[in-house]
Amino acid sequence: MTDTADTTGAAPEPGQPEPAMPLIRLTGVGKNYGNIIALRDVSLEASAGEVTCVLGDNGAGKSTLIKIVAGLHRHDTGTFEVQGEKVAFGSPREALDRGIATVYQDLAIVPLMPVWRNFFLGSEKRKGFGLMDIEFMRKTAHGEMAAMGIDLRDVDQPIGTLSGGERQCVAIARAVYFGAKALVLDEPTAALGVKQAGVVLRYIVQARERGLAVIFITHNPHHAYPVGDRFLILNRGQSIGYHAKAEITRDELTALMAGGRELEELAHELDTAGSSATAKQLTKEAKHLGLTDD
Amino acid sequence: MTSSAASGLAEPPVAGPGPDERLARQSLLRRLLGRPELGALLGAVALFAFFSIVADAFLEAGSFSTVLYAASTYGIMAVGVSLLMIGGEFDLSAGVMVTSAALIAALTAYQFTLNVWAGVVISLALTLALGMVNGLLYVRTKLPSFIITLATFFMLAGLNLGVTKALTGNVASDSVRDMDGFDSARWIFASDIDVLDALKIKITVLWWLLFVAIATWILLRTRVGNWIFAVGGSAASARAVGVPVARVKIGLFMGVAFCAWFSGMHLVFAFATVQSGEGVGNEFLYIICAVIGGCLLTGGYGSAIGAAIGAFIFGMTNKGIVYAEWNPDWFRFFLGAMLLIATVVNLIVRRRVERSS
Repeated sequence: MTDTADTTGAAPEPGQPEPAMPLIRLTGVGKNYGNIIALRDVSLEASAGEVTCVLGDNGAGKSTLIKIVAGLHRHDTGTFEVQGEKVAFGSPREALDRGIATVYQDLAIVPLMPVWRNFFLGSEKRKGFGLMDIEFMRKTAHGEMAAMGIDLRDVDQPIGTLSGGERQCVAIARAVYFGAKALVLDEPTAALGVKQAGVVLRYIVQARERGLAVIFITHNPHHAYPVGDRFLILNRGQSIGYHAKAEITRDELTALMAGGRELEELAHELDTAGSSATAKQLTKEAKHLGLTDD
Repeated sequence: MTSSAASGLAEPPVAGPGPDERLARQSLLRRLLGRPELGALLGAVALFAFFSIVADAFLEAGSFSTVLYAASTYGIMAVGVSLLMIGGEFDLSAGVMVTSAALIAALTAYQFTLNVWAGVVISLALTLALGMVNGLLYVRTKLPSFIITLATFFMLAGLNLGVTKALTGNVASDSVRDMDGFDSARWIFASDIDVLDALKIKITVLWWLLFVAIATWILLRTRVGNWIFAVGGSAASARAVGVPVARVKIGLFMGVAFCAWFSGMHLVFAFATVQSGEGVGNEFLYIICAVIGGCLLTGGYGSAIGAAIGAFIFGMTNKGIVYAEWNPDWFRFFLGAMLLIATVVNLIVRRRVERSS
C-alpha cells in the first residue's frame, strides 16, 4: 500500500476515491516558534484502515506535529495534504470539516458538564430556534458508549466522575460518531494504568477496523508496536526513522526511541562515575540492538 | 421470606420493584444534591422561617412586596452577572454601568428635548456597546476580566460624574418627568401592578421572573447555553471542539450590559432624576447573589434560578432586618457571612463532582 501511494499519488480519478492515496500526507513539514525550531523536515502518511504511530521522547516535537494536523497551528515549511489537496488550517473547525478529529491529552472535555453535553459539545444537534434535541443527544451518547462496551449508569453524570479510560473512550466515540475519517490521538495511554491502557488500545484497533486512519502519538513503544502499521520516530524536532511494521522489530523500535547513541553515552558517563557494572550492561544492550557506531 | 420462597412464581414481581424503587429514590436525592440551587433554596427557606418568627411585620402582604421589589432590582442584574460567571468571567463595572445607562437615557432625552423613548433606545445601543467594549478588551488582551472591568468601572464612575456635572452643573440629571413618553415608559419600567386586593407588586418583579425564565431556557435548552457552560468550565477544551469562545464571552458581557440598561431604565422612570454617583459597590452585591445561588466563582457551574434565589435571600435579609427592627448596620455582616457559607458549600460540591474515581 505504501509503495503504490508513492507512485500514483499525483492524479487520482475524480469521483472515484483512490484507495492507495493516503488520507493525510505531510512532506518536509517544519514549524518555528520565533527562533526556536520545533519541527524540521518531517514527513508522514496516514491511510484509511491503518494506524500510524508517532513516537518520541518529551520535547521531540510530537505535540507540534499534531497541533499542525489538528489545525491549532499552521506549518511554516513543507506541504500538508488531505486527500491529495494542499491545506493549511486556520482553526480546529477547518480540520474537523475535513474529517480530521483530534483527541487531546486533556481530552478537550469539560469535567463539570454531563457526559451527553460533552459528547455533543460544539456539534449540538438542534431542532430549530437554537433549541437542542436533548432526548436525541442523551440517547445517542448512551448508545455510542454502549457500542464501545461502556455501560453508563447515567449520561447526566459529570464527565469528570468517569475513570481515565472511560473518558478517553468518550472522546474517541465522539470523534468516530461525528464522521471522522482520520483520528489523531495524543498520548491516550500516557496517564493510564496497564489495564485501562489495554482498553484504549483495543478501541484504537476497533477504529482502524472501522476504516479510519489513526495517528497515534505515544512515547511508549510497547503500546505502539502491537497496534501500529507504520512508525515515525521523532527526536529534537527531526525524524530519526520512518518504518513500516515489516521493516522493524519491537526491540529496534525501543532502541530507536531511547536513542542508541544516547544509551552508549550514558554508559560512558556511568563508567567514569564508577558504576562499571551498570555501564557494561548498558553498552552490551546498545550493541545488541545494533545501533551503536562500532 | 420463607413463605415467598415457597410460593414461587407469584412472589418475585412483587418483591422486584421494592429495591428498584429505593434505588431510584436514592439517585433522585443525589441528583437534587448535585443541583446548584439546592443550598440556596434551603437557605432561603430557613431565612424565611427565621424572619417570620422574629419579625411580626415580615409576613404582611405589603412587606412581602417590598422584599420582592428589593430582590427584583438586584435579581435582574444577577441574571446577567450569573450567566457571565458561569461563562468564567467577572464584570466589576456592572454596578456603575446601571447608572451610566440611566444617565445616557435621561441626559440625551433632556438635552436634545427628545421623546424619552428615544433616550431609552440610545441608551440601549450605547450600553450594549459598553458591554461589547468590556468583552472585546477581554478577548483581545487576554487579561483577567477582573482587571479589565476594574478599569472600566473607574472610567465609567468618572464619566458618570464628569459628564453629568458638565452638562447640568449638578451631580444629578435634570428631571424627565414632564417629557413626552414618560408615562408610557414608566408603565413599562416602573409601574405597580395589582395582583390581589391587598398585594401590589412592582412590575420589575415580573420582568425579573421573565428574565430568569429566559436565561434558564438559554442555559439548559439551547446550544448557546451548552457553550456558556463549556467556556466557563474549560475554555481551551471548548475551543478545541469548535466552540466560538470569543463570541460567547463577548455575548455574555453584552448580556450584563443589557441587564444594566434595563435596571437603568427602571431608575430613570421610577425617580425621574438620576444621581450620577450611584451604583458604586453594587457590582459586588450582584456577584454575591450569583454565588449564594450556587454559581462557581471559577465558572462552568451554576444556574440563573439559583441567582434568583440568591437575590431573594438578599432582599429578605435587606428588608427583614428592618422589619425585625434591628440595627441595619448589621446587614453587611450577614451578607458577608452568607457569602462565606455559600462559597464553602460550593467548594465542597465542586470537589465532590470533580473527584475522579
